[in-house]
Amino acid sequence: MISIQDLHKSYVTGNNSLHVLKGLNLEIKEGEFVSIMGSSGSGKSTLLNILGVLDDYDKGNYYLSGKRIWGLNETQAAITRNAMIGFIFQSFNLISFKNAMENVALPLYYQKVSRKKRNLIAMEYLDRLGLKDWAHHLPSELSGGQKQRVAIARALISNPKIILADEPTGALDSQTSLEVMDILKEVNDQGITVIIVTHEHDIAALTKKIIRLKDGVIGEIITNGDLQNYRNRLTQE
Amino acid sequence: MFDLDRWNEIWHALAKNKVRSLLTAFGVFWGIFMLIVMAGASNGLKNGIVEGVAKFATNSCFMWSQQTGEPYKGFKRGRQWNMESDDITYILNNVPEVEYISPKNFGSRMNGGPNTIHGLKSGAYNVKGDYPEYIKIDPYTILQGRWINDMDIRDKRKVCVIGEKVFEQMFDAKENPLGDYLKISGVYYQVIGVIRPETNININGRAEESIFLPFTTMQQTYNMGNMVHFLAVTAKKGTPVSVVEEKVKSIIKLRHSIAPTDVQALMSINIEEQFKQISGLFIAIGLLTWIVGIGTLMAGVIGVSNIMLVIVKERTKEIGVQRALGASPRTIITQIMLESVALTTIAGYTGLSMGVGLLELVSKIIDSQPKTGNEVFFRNPEVSITVAVAALIILVLAGLFAGSIPAKRALMIKPIEALREE
Repeated sequence: MISIQDLHKSYVTGNNSLHVLKGLNLEIKEGEFVSIMGSSGSGKSTLLNILGVLDDYDKGNYYLSGKRIWGLNETQAAITRNAMIGFIFQSFNLISFKNAMENVALPLYYQKVSRKKRNLIAMEYLDRLGLKDWAHHLPSELSGGQKQRVAIARALISNPKIILADEPTGALDSQTSLEVMDILKEVNDQGITVIIVTHEHDIAALTKKIIRLKDGVIGEIITNGDLQNYRNRLTQE
Repeated sequence: MFDLDRWNEIWHALAKNKVRSLLTAFGVFWGIFMLIVMAGASNGLKNGIVEGVAKFATNSCFMWSQQTGEPYKGFKRGRQWNMESDDITYILNNVPEVEYISPKNFGSRMNGGPNTIHGLKSGAYNVKGDYPEYIKIDPYTILQGRWINDMDIRDKRKVCVIGEKVFEQMFDAKENPLGDYLKISGVYYQVIGVIRPETNININGRAEESIFLPFTTMQQTYNMGNMVHFLAVTAKKGTPVSVVEEKVKSIIKLRHSIAPTDVQALMSINIEEQFKQISGLFIAIGLLTWIVGIGTLMAGVIGVSNIMLVIVKERTKEIGVQRALGASPRTIITQIMLESVALTTIAGYTGLSMGVGLLELVSKIIDSQPKTGNEVFFRNPEVSITVAVAALIILVLAGLFAGSIPAKRALMIKPIEALREE
């Protein structure tokens, strides 16, 4: 699904060049449930931007379901994002003047699906996430957990191959965080690749694979079998 | 274009900053409003003046004698002299470019006290001696009877044509003035016609308050000899009036031993030149209207551009999210452009309607005024459909222009910026 070889990325501000990703290699297979961890400055946001076709890279290869993502113009990038990737953000990023249903329907709007049809589909997804009764509420009338569920419905509506979640539980209490993680797990069970960026160990521990970034390269990959050990190690730390 | 969501977005974006949107819209509104009102006002002024003089022969000039300004051929300066009837015949025979020539003499004036009597009524009017040709230069509507003709001139008939006001004041409304007699400065004249002037141009008093005698009758009756007070000349088609004016003047000067360089002895007015000056003035007023109007409009448009920039900046995050969700740059550009076009068009259209409304109101008020003798030089302030359409096109273009800069700015927003809170 995702294949990255020798990925380099620098940010240039004035005369200073900040080399963030330094030859990163990464393979994520279809249907994986992965979390990316790392201290700040380790390059996890940069990696997420590149994975989400939101930013380009300087050197290396990035294949997204077999297709190399390179030199896309903004329109092509937008089409790729719309078709392949569902985004979930820490701050939900719902459009404040649209109600829950309209927010969920937004990606279909960009696909030029008719209003009636996309609202119908949006209701379906809201129903699946238990928010049918809240469909006509504005984001400001929803709780944090509800907002994130709306955001998840919005990410799912375009039938993406991959869900990219940037700190999806960062703004939620631990109970709600667990609920959201449960939903993401269900999503993953349907065969969608889910990639979560987080700095919370217990959230990361709920995924099936943890990728720890360190200084722009992969520091450590902890897979399913080692998760128990990892948890123990965490408690020691 | 008529996607509900799109207009929903536009509405929300503008409604979120009501005061700012309103103030900006007011800029555009004011610009177009001023443009329309000024264009209408200058048109009204033009219509008023043009209506007042439209029928006057523009290919005409007028001349009259004054004391000489230079000594010449043994004559001292300051000599009194007059044009004479023979001059007229001579000019007609020797200046082929002359279309009509009409001498005019002035008799007793209305400010000299009552000079006209009919039965028990008396009044004071300007008495003028005219040729049949004069009506072709300064047209009058003949309400009753006829104008002076060649036989009146030849036979020096004691007849008169009276202005509308003279009829109203000297006769009862139901009375038939034709064939009746007026005693003017001691002599009886038979009334042959009643006229109403078609222009606002007056020579020696208003025509409706004047009495017109045959030119030759006046010369004889009031002991003027062959003296000519005033001369009206028109040029044939294709000849500039100034050419005719100069030719006629030099002939008259020659015949009366006046220095060719004397500028004061024979004064003249060239109506063609006057008209050119007036139309030049209107072109200048029109130009000024457009410069000021478009300037104001531009200020409004820049205001719109400015507010759109602010809106884009405030919605950086939102635009970023939309792009992360797969909105193409084109969708975003269309969005911003439409917002700006909507704002300018609505504001501009309101300005346009209110401007036209105001002009209509003024026009109605002017039209409802009873027509008095004192004509206002302001009539029918209006804006042509061309101007209105041009204004609308300018508005839409201005909206596009105002939207293009913020749209470009919106495109520069990387979706990444929406991802992170910082």
